[in-house]
Formats: sequence, C-alpha cells, structure tokens
Amino acid sequence: MSAADDVPGAETAVGGDGSAPLRVEGLEKHFGGITAVDGATFDVERGSLTGLIGPNGAGKSTTFDLVTGFHRPDAGSVRFEGEDITGRRPHEIADRGLVRTFQIARELGEMTVLENMMLAPGDQRGEQLWRSVLPGFRGAVRDQEGELLERCWEMLEFFEIDHLAEEYAKNLSGGQRKLLEMARVLMTDPTLVLLDEPLAGVNPTLEEKLLDHVHELREEGYTFLLVEHDMSVILENCKHVIVMHQGRVLAEGTPAEIKSDERVLDAYLGEAI
Amino acid sequence: MSGETGSGWGNDVVKIVVTFAVMYAVYFVLGLIAGLPLQGIFATVVQLTLLIALYAMLTLALNLHWGYAGLFNIGIVGFMAVGAYTMLIISKPPASASAAAVIGGFGLPFSVGVVGAVVATALVGFVVALPALRLRADYLAITTIAFAEIIRFTFQSGTFSEFDLFGTTVGTGGGRGLLVNFEDPITTYVLDSGAFAAAVDWIEAATIGGNLQPVMDTAVVATVLMAVVAGYYWLFRRTGESPFGRVLKAINEDEDVARALGKDTSRFKVKSFMLGCALMGLAGAFYAMYFLGSVNPTAFKPQFTFFVWVALIIGGAGSNTGSVLGAAIFVGVLLRGPLFVKNVIETFVDIGSAPPTIIDAVAALGTLDVTPVIAYTFENISLFRIIALGVVLVWLMKRRPSGLLGHRKETAAAIPLGRLRPVGDAEPAADGGGSE
Repeated sequence: MSAADDVPGAETAVGGDGSAPLRVEGLEKHFGGITAVDGATFDVERGSLTGLIGPNGAGKSTTFDLVTGFHRPDAGSVRFEGEDITGRRPHEIADRGLVRTFQIARELGEMTVLENMMLAPGDQRGEQLWRSVLPGFRGAVRDQEGELLERCWEMLEFFEIDHLAEEYAKNLSGGQRKLLEMARVLMTDPTLVLLDEPLAGVNPTLEEKLLDHVHELREEGYTFLLVEHDMSVILENCKHVIVMHQGRVLAEGTPAEIKSDERVLDAYLGEAI
Repeated sequence: MSGETGSGWGNDVVKIVVTFAVMYAVYFVLGLIAGLPLQGIFATVVQLTLLIALYAMLTLALNLHWGYAGLFNIGIVGFMAVGAYTMLIISKPPASASAAAVIGGFGLPFSVGVVGAVVATALVGFVVALPALRLRADYLAITTIAFAEIIRFTFQSGTFSEFDLFGTTVGTGGGRGLLVNFEDPITTYVLDSGAFAAAVDWIEAATIGGNLQPVMDTAVVATVLMAVVAGYYWLFRRTGESPFGRVLKAINEDEDVARALGKDTSRFKVKSFMLGCALMGLAGAFYAMYFLGSVNPTAFKPQFTFFVWVALIIGGAGSNTGSVLGAAIFVGVLLRGPLFVKNVIETFVDIGSAPPTIIDAVAALGTLDVTPVIAYTFENISLFRIIALGVVLVWLMKRRPSGLLGHRKETAAAIPLGRLRPVGDAEPAADGGGSE
C-alpha cells in the first residue's frame, strides 16, 4: 500500500512544497486519424487540488485514461512518485496509490453500499482464494474484514451516506452514487485521486457538499486532480489550474492568471468565465 | 437481506431438504397409487438421487463461473471428459498379456486418479482461459464450446487410442473408449464388506424381501456423492462469501471498476475459472465411475452442457442454494419426471400401440380421437421432454428470469456486514434490504 496515509499532511503544511507526485510529459494518443491528446505536459503538486479544464473534446478524459492505464499512450511518459508508470495496467497503477473515479458514477448496483466499499481496499488477505477457503486461515481473513468494515463505516459517515449502508447501490439516487463513488475510491488509501467530472449532474446543494469534502480531504493530505467542465467551479476551488485545448495544455497557472489569459478566452469563445 | 449471510445456512439447508422431501414424497405417492412395487419405486428414487448429485456438482461449479464471475462457459462437458479420461488413464490397471484387447492405464490408486483428474482439468481450464479471458466475454463462450468439441474428437481419434507414456502403454481407446475395470474404495470398503452384506440381509428380512443388494449398492454410492455435493456447496459458499468472491461479483458487474480499484481482474478470472473447471473434472470422473462404467466420446456430447445450464437457470444464477435446488428440480421434474409419470399412467390406461409417425397421430385428431396423439407422445417421451424443456425455459425467461433464488444476493463478505454498527444509528436490518 502507499505510505502516504501514514503521514497525512506531512507535506501539506507547506501547502505544496514543490514536490510533484504526478508528472506527465509529452503524452500523445491517436485514435485512427483523430489525435485525442497531443503532447500534454503537466505536473500535479502534492497536497494540491489541481483543476483540469477545457472545452468538450479537449482530451481531458483521454488524458485521465492514459494516466490511469485504461489506454496506452502512443508517446510520452507518466511518472508517479518518481516511478515511470507509462503503459502499466490499471490495477498496477491503482495499487501504487493513483486512483480515479469515472465520469458517470459506476456503482456496482447488485452489491450493497457496504459491499461496494469493502471491495476497494488493497492487500486484502481474503482475495487469495486459498486463504478464504482453507480452514485455519479464514480466521485471519475475518479479522481483517472486521477492521475494514470499521473503516468503511467511518468513511460512509464522513460522506454522510451511512444510513444507506445496507441498501443495494442501484437504489441510490444520482447524487448518492457520486458520494459512494468518491467514498469507495478513498477506501483504496490513495495518494492522488483523479476525479472525472464529479459534479456533473449534481444539484447545487450536493455540489457544495462534495466540494467541502474534497477540501477537507485535501487538508488531510490527499492530492486531487479535478476535471471539470464548469469553469467557475474550478476557478473558485483550485489554486492551480491547467487548461487543455485540442489535446494540448494551453495554459497553466492560478485562477487569476487563467482568467486573464487571452488564449483561454479564445478557446472558450465568448463563454463567460 | 444482507443479514442472511451468517444465519442463512440453516435456512438454506432447510430449503434443500424440503425440496428433496417433497419430490421423494410425490414419487412415492404416485408410485403407490399406480401400484408399482415398493422396491421399484425405491430404486427409481435412488437413481434419481444419484443423478441429482451429479447435476448438483456441475451446477454449483457453473454457478461459480457464470453466477459469480460472469464467465460464459458452455464447454462443461469437455471439462468433464478431461476429468473422466484422466481418472481412468491413471487408475486403470496396466494392460496385461492375457487381455491384450483392453487398453491399460498406470494402475495407480483411486485417490491418485481423483487428484489427477482435478489437477489435469484445472490445467486444461487454465490453457482455455488464458487467451479467451483477455477478450470480451462472448469469446470465452466460443472458445469453451469449441474446446469441448476438440476434446471429444481428440478422444475419438485413433491417434491417441494407444500411446506410450513414461514407459507404459496407455490411451483413450478411440471410439471404443475405456472400460472401468478397477475397484473404487466404496466398493472395496463398504459394498464388499461383511457388515454391509449383513445389513442388506437384515433389511431384506425386515421388509419385503427380494434382492435388495443392487439398489442398496446404488443407495450407498448416491449417499457418498451427496456428501461430495455438500463438500462442493461448502467450498463454493466460502468462495463466494469472501473478499475473493466480492471481487468476482464486481468483475461480473463492471470489470473496469474492479480494475480501477486495483484488482488484477485477469488473475481472479483465471483462478475462478480453474477452480470451477477442476470441480467439473471431478464430477466427470465420478460420472465415468458410477454412471457410465465405461467412457467413450459419445457420452460427452454438448447436450449435457445445456442441461446443466438449464438447471442453473431454474435455480437462479448467483445462488449456491439455488444451484442445488435447480439441479434437483431439473432432474426430478424435467429429466426423470416425464418417464416416471408415463409409467404411472400406463398402469391405469392401456394406451395401445402408437402410430408410426406424428402425421398419423395428428391425423386421428380429425375424428376427435386423441388417443393416438397421447400414445405417440408416450412412445417418444424422451424426445418430447426436450421440447418441454424449451417451453419451460421460455416461460422462465418471461416470468422469472432470475430463477428460483437468483433474486436473492448472497452477501460477498467473510463476516456479516452491518453488525458492528452502534445500535440506534443504523437503519434496522429488516427494512434495509432493497431487493424485495
């Protein structure tokens, strides 16, 4: 498991000390004749809430898929915690503490909320078949299950969906699914969480709540990269913003810098910022 | 709902026991009404139990594949064949000069044969799974059914009917197959024992007399196989109710989610596929030993695979208890029921001889005479029950697509979830379930 959860906030005291757990360089991806990502380069600083915006088709989601191993980049590199993880498989990347959520919440509907949560933690003894099945080893599996269950409850309480714990995930509302998705991904003990449009289709009250949770978690030492469509959300919540356009990083900087950047204004073509 | 995990064992066993009891009772009542000899009814029920045991093993194994991991295996019979042939090749006595026509085996003990069958099928399962699991789910289906046919034709081919391995001449026997010409431990230690013979004599004397030896022999074997089913059930239940089973469930629903959460999904799929295959191989070995007496490729036709699927669909994919119930109902009602009912009816009414073709039978309807149609149906009951099978499947798909117990999700955790909750804070478990 990642060591990050052992020392939450160790680096955050400085509010981003310049160390960047995620470094993306010259990332490229082509689908047939279409260039989805065309040399994207950016860093995500430790303990930050970094925003990634761009108009539709700017390559944000593809960049996510490339970073998390769901697609293989055609060129470029992804480094996480100093290690080259380019082209590694999704589970290997997630195992290192770099995890993602999906644009459309992908709860496992036929499983209860608690089962969804219990699925996430890494290094579960009982995921080895023989330990789960053979008599004499199952006790240790059950012990660990007990500990995990306790943590799941705490996480559900944090996201205020503990009253739904025994509900089947398919019965949750859209907003509750978003909360479950975020709670579940945090159960993996991540260092860096990539949030793919977590606020899409969420009502303003819940949006507020979700953002509060993200801020609180960031203060605890988690790092977030937030993809959003809605510029105002990013500009209000992130200290560092990356703007993508046509597969490239168009601009990078503080919200103030982004707001006044001519190229960004052009890219968004008259959209109010 | 989810609270059923821990306390549900008792309930599920009751469900299974009641289903069996009801079915046996129906057979006995129908048989007695028809005036069939008690011994005959008893023999029918014992045969039924034996067959249910075989189907229950296969259905449980398939449930791990399809119900849990979502692996579309339609090559069940191929894995059975691998298990059966491996068992025989390992445990058959070496060919002797006196019986040159009989193909020999390695002559190793029965237990080695059983272990060999399990290991060999697991390895074959690994080979089948490896290329297919990387592709989409439907490719696995194509691979498995193709594999089953390849296996059947390989065993049929003369090329492998006899070959030298480790200095011993063994083989598949080609189209003639292999004879089970060795003793199993049940025969050696139970059926041939003096105590058992005495017990049978006592039962014969105490009841109706006659020769009960054969049916008692079968009853012992059926009991042992039912114990094996209990072992399967225990194993799969533990597999399902564990973090391992949880990942399988997740893969079944949305593999990308499992991968995004750091699960090496291919490994989980391969492992569960191998486990299921190994136990299909074991069932295949028992099939050869206790049903066939000799194996040949025609015993392993694809139809068998689809029977197991029907049993799983009836019982409800995803439920181990449902798998056992499905196997019992499939065998008792659909597979054997029509034959038994036909026997019963024929003791009451003399249907007369059946017309040679269905055309003749239907033509008689013109004169409002239904007897020829009934006679024809009875004459060809084995075929007509396959049609009935299809009708039942269509009806199930429309009315109850999740089978008997498929709607009930068995919680995938090694401990009951929700117990650690401080009292008063949690929603009562009783109305926490969402599936009812």
